[in-house]
Amino acid sequence: MKTPQPLPQNLRPPLALLERLSNAVGVSGDEEEIRQIVQKQIRSFVDEITVDALGNVLAVKHAADPNVTRVMFAAHMDEVGFMLVQEEGEGSFAFEPVGGIDERQLLGKPVQVGKERLPGVIGSKPIHLCTAEELHHAVPQKNMHIDLSPGCASKAKVGDFATFATRFQRNGDALFGKALDDRLGVATLIELARVNPGNLEILFAFTVQEEIGLRGARVAAYNFQPDMAFVVDSTPAFDLPLVQEDEENTQYNTRLGAGPAIYLSDAGTISDPRLVHFMVKLAEEHHIPFQFRQPGGGGTDAGAIHLTRSGVPSVSISIPGRYAHTPILHASLEDWKNTLHLLNLVLLHASRSILTPDR
Amino acid sequence: MDKIETFLHSLLSAPGLSGFEEPVRKQIEDEWRPLTDELTTSPLGSLHGLRRAYASTPRPSVMVAAHMDAIGLMVKEIQGTFLKVSKIGGIDPRVLPGQPVLVHGKKEIPGIVQMIPDRLLNSSAAGSPPNLSRLFVDTGLPEKELQQQVQPGDLVSFASTPMHHEGGYISGHSLDNRASVAAITVCLQELKRYQLEWNLWCVATVMEEEFLQGALTSAFALKPEIGIAVDVTFAEEPGLKTYTTFPLGKGPTIGTGANVHPALQRKFKQIAEEIDLPYAVETMPRGSGTDGMAIQITAAGIPTIVLGIPIRYMHTPYELTSMADIRRAGRLLARFITSLEEDTLATLFTGGDQ
Repeated sequence: MKTPQPLPQNLRPPLALLERLSNAVGVSGDEEEIRQIVQKQIRSFVDEITVDALGNVLAVKHAADPNVTRVMFAAHMDEVGFMLVQEEGEGSFAFEPVGGIDERQLLGKPVQVGKERLPGVIGSKPIHLCTAEELHHAVPQKNMHIDLSPGCASKAKVGDFATFATRFQRNGDALFGKALDDRLGVATLIELARVNPGNLEILFAFTVQEEIGLRGARVAAYNFQPDMAFVVDSTPAFDLPLVQEDEENTQYNTRLGAGPAIYLSDAGTISDPRLVHFMVKLAEEHHIPFQFRQPGGGGTDAGAIHLTRSGVPSVSISIPGRYAHTPILHASLEDWKNTLHLLNLVLLHASRSILTPDR
Repeated sequence: MDKIETFLHSLLSAPGLSGFEEPVRKQIEDEWRPLTDELTTSPLGSLHGLRRAYASTPRPSVMVAAHMDAIGLMVKEIQGTFLKVSKIGGIDPRVLPGQPVLVHGKKEIPGIVQMIPDRLLNSSAAGSPPNLSRLFVDTGLPEKELQQQVQPGDLVSFASTPMHHEGGYISGHSLDNRASVAAITVCLQELKRYQLEWNLWCVATVMEEEFLQGALTSAFALKPEIGIAVDVTFAEEPGLKTYTTFPLGKGPTIGTGANVHPALQRKFKQIAEEIDLPYAVETMPRGSGTDGMAIQITAAGIPTIVLGIPIRYMHTPYELTSMADIRRAGRLLARFITSLEEDTLATLFTGGDQ
């Protein structure tokens, strides 16, 4: 195997920025904190920034020739979390998830609530007081409570958002943090904004409400009218132990450390094969490791973007991440570097000719 | 945050699993050194702090014990880049997925406990509650490095950063029973300005979560005239209120039942009422499940009492309690100890009980 070409000198995975983005709070519908970071970071590298009616950050790098190819890059700013839905007294609240969360990930987890980030606990009944029958069943989310402690009774209110209280941590190649889905994509787009591409109109969409139905991406793409779209997200790596050690894992989706995951098809999109081919060719020519995400369920903002107006050729590329939609995700720095490298090449080499012949 | 809350914060941040209490014992030593006359460590690792009676004649002694060990996990097997673990102490595996941990190998390695997702299970197992056979720890270390750094038997502790809540509440992973270690520390601080008539042994015991080995051996070594076990008890929780749970922030509990000497119980209630300190009576129909069980049957038997600090979510990565209750338990202890006079022993247990 040939060694991959090094990441261009001007591109570095912005780890400090990723840490800030991971620790920042932006549950679907409440992305303001992320929006502020994004705008501040890209201001000096783009020609135009607008915030649309839903809260998407739309940033443009203009080409000299206004008739040139319009290339959209999208990453979602929102993360899964919770909303307080009923006050129960003594600082305790019933809550509902925002986005898809496995209820078995919640017991005993710390959360932060509202703009003040009040500390709370999703409490779990002591094992000593559980019946044998109870211990054999997962606790339904409806029976859980966010406990802010009796001293906080008046500080939080129904409608407040909450998310996991997790601090980002790096150990060598391992990146641990909440909301890496999709702050990894957000940080990637911010870094790409520094690249000066060829003669292309570059359209960056930092989208809202992906986790509750790709709602931001839909209006962002309508606004941008791109010729093609690249969606940068994080997709699960299920390269995990099995019950029987000798079983073969055929459902891994992606593998951590095997490079950026290019989508062929998911529950919402069949990737444009011309864009897939374009990326694969670039990766191979430059010896950048990559993998295909196993075709299957799930989806990204591409699901909305490719159906906008009369249709947009679209593809998704994801940084693999273990344990998506849980208190702590685990991603690989090397995968992120390789994703950044490949997308940098996409920026430098994209042109309308990719889309000929017809699909 | 005052001094005692800062101290408790650091206790909750330390590992110190049952049988391996050294990291937390060192912190307690530092805190107790200026508050005691003598500090020693027992052969099993319990910490004995002595406040000597101010007297020229030999005096009786009272032992106040709280266990310092914490529950956690232990590496059972290395499977590729993942670790399989077993439990140390009573842990409900349902609280483990998504839990950050520290693996105490050749160095401290951060990791996450996770479960095999439904996608990789056969359909009959999908949706089932997390169970140790389907849980693993992911450190992100490459296989070779993991093999070098970690071996079966290494400890895995919860990496739950303590949180401070408005109104004097605190949450973290080993309030059971470091909340009581903090209460004993409050007691020692209160006693600074008193000369004692009895010798006072403050003991931070080991291995309570296993089977009370620390309390059993320390009580034997010290042979006190009175034993007091301070441990946590169940606080009422959202959706959980029974006779086994007590209001949070409304004072410590005083035990009643076979494990508690009635004379001591009367004395503690009387003192609480004198100083207007709120408390609840905790019924202990059989045993107390605390160090008090071991202390009571040590040597020829020791009159014992069990005090409780109510906490929510016991034995989970985030237990929650009230700093006010910790201070109250400390004050109650101090007041009892200053009530002990040279001749108290002659009268205290002569009411015809037991």
